[in-house]
Amino acid sequence: MPERPAIEVRDLVKVFTKGRVRALDELSFEAAAGTILGVLGPNGAGKTTAVRILSTVIRPDAGRAAILGIDVGQDPAAVRRIIGLAGQNAAVDENLSGRQNLLMIGRLSHMGRGPARRRADELLEQFELTHAANRPLKTYSGGMRRRLDLAAALVAEPPVLFFDEPTTGLDPHTRQEMWTWTERLVRGGTTVLLTTQYLEEADRLADKVIVVDHGRVIAEGTPASLKADLGATVLLVTLEDHERATKAAALLAPIANRPPVVADSSLEINVDDGPKAGSEAMRALDGAGLAVLGLVLREPSLDDVFLRLTGHRAEGAIAEEPPITAAARAAP
Amino acid sequence: MTTTSLRVDVATAMAPMTRRERVRWLFADTFTIAWRFLAAMVRMPDSIAFSAIQPMLLVLLFRYVFGGAIAGVHGSYVNYLMPGIFVQTVAFGAIISAVGMAEDLQKGVIERFRALPMARAAVVTGRTMSDLTRNVFSVILMTALGFAVGFRVETNAFAFLAGFGLLLLFSWSLSWGFALIGLLVRNPETAQLATIPILLPFTFASSAFVPVGTMPGWLQAFANNQPVSQIVNGCRALMNGGPTETHVLIALAWSLGLVAVLAPLAVRRYTRIA
Ligand SMILES: Nc1ncnc2c1ncn2[C@@H]1O[C@H](COP(=O)(O)OP(=O)(O)OP(=O)(O)O)[C@@H](O)[C@H]1O
Ligand SMILES: [Mg+2]
Repeated sequence: MPERPAIEVRDLVKVFTKGRVRALDELSFEAAAGTILGVLGPNGAGKTTAVRILSTVIRPDAGRAAILGIDVGQDPAAVRRIIGLAGQNAAVDENLSGRQNLLMIGRLSHMGRGPARRRADELLEQFELTHAANRPLKTYSGGMRRRLDLAAALVAEPPVLFFDEPTTGLDPHTRQEMWTWTERLVRGGTTVLLTTQYLEEADRLADKVIVVDHGRVIAEGTPASLKADLGATVLLVTLEDHERATKAAALLAPIANRPPVVADSSLEINVDDGPKAGSEAMRALDGAGLAVLGLVLREPSLDDVFLRLTGHRAEGAIAEEPPITAAARAAP
Repeated sequence: MTTTSLRVDVATAMAPMTRRERVRWLFADTFTIAWRFLAAMVRMPDSIAFSAIQPMLLVLLFRYVFGGAIAGVHGSYVNYLMPGIFVQTVAFGAIISAVGMAEDLQKGVIERFRALPMARAAVVTGRTMSDLTRNVFSVILMTALGFAVGFRVETNAFAFLAGFGLLLLFSWSLSWGFALIGLLVRNPETAQLATIPILLPFTFASSAFVPVGTMPGWLQAFANNQPVSQIVNGCRALMNGGPTETHVLIALAWSLGLVAVLAPLAVRRYTRIA
């Protein structure tokens, strides 16, 4: 029997009248049970708005969404019993200790006193917060707070989790840990929707990625298929300076699938046959008297996908110059 | 390793709650939220100290500043004054319900509450219950101090305790009203400012400190019939004696009436904006 998707979203619309923003514009997607769905998108794309609707915090203006087959609009109370939310801003009580926060969430999830207490201690240990368990959250560092927030989402062991930028503000070690925990949860059958600005994170974790911009899905697929759509290989050439890189870009444009991208003294082109293009590029640049300081062939990253689809890099990615236009390409 | 025993399956999640379960969870969640505020308060001993100082200062100031000057009262002015101070103090103490509720709306944790299967109303009921608990302590404190500065119960212990109960019930009804103000203005500073124009006329143009008979006629009409006077009269009857029944019944009716009107309004307002 084909299973229903764990998360089904159909044509969600949300308009914030205050800012006259159409935050969601017929957003539709699905996530299969026991998988991780990565939601990528630039600032203001509507990621948080989508998460808040799916977790019944706010209501959509139009469209439907169902979690494990339960409609978020018709039976929000039931949805709340099967989801865990770690929102973009840590949703914790600053005046309580870490243990008290988790205990409170357990009790409000209608767990017994004993189980709630045991679960709190278990999570504190798992998230390496035992040493700070009895300190008020006011005294926690940003990363500790974030960890407690993630722990709070897991208290009732919900089968569906929403993580809105879960690793923003975490150090690399904790980020890795968080990835490992998430993978372990998913192996246990949990479905996770996570939004992220870190393409590396989506690449590493997500079974499926959707790219959202202006409240709609503009691309969808596995990280691998999204990258494959871009063309096979990225060729990265480093020259002596920006001026030479610009010249080289013009020179190499004919062998590239799309206009080359120049940043500082390097340029990036997208090619079908990496090795062949590499040697062609060497020859052409040699012939023009441009010294090549470095030449790298690599798989396209989700970053490239993002750039291609939205016309700008994801937040946090290294800033790049805009792609060279046809006019620039025509220059010598 | 954890077991999956906590996990709720879809059928259980969708099973409709009986009325009884709903009521049980409302109580349980109210208790949890009230605990949340009280646990936070215990962590701030300085704030407890300051919130204890205010009612004590009011008792002392009114007792010694006005205590000698105001005449025209039968019997001991201290005994006359004390129920008025009690009522005034719980009334001003209710400001915390407005400020606390507005503050809470700005806190991140509210966002999580909205995604939890808790009774939504509990965010407001828990607030008023924790304020009620706080008021129990401040009333005990004020009474103890009142006794120390010459206040004497002229009736009996039972009647006095009934007066105590009336005071707390009134404070609870105000908590709902002030929580509603907090929910309406949604900003702690504004909430605090918004309560003052209500508190000042109601506590001073009342029978709390002086007999209403000394006021101009137009003011008497208001002062005689507004709730603070009624509660003060009720408490006075129970603590100082005199004709009890009507005063107490009117005071009870006011308190219960205010709860009956303000509690649903506050809860509805919260569920609207949440
Ligand atoms: N409560 C609100 N009132 C008015 N406008 C809002 C509100 N919440 C979001 N918006 C607007 O809706 C749009 C989508 O916002 P949203 O927070 O969903 O974006 P996002 O993809 O999560 O962005 P980020 O990556 O910065 O977190 C933005 O233009 C934002 O300004
Ligand atoms: Mg966001």
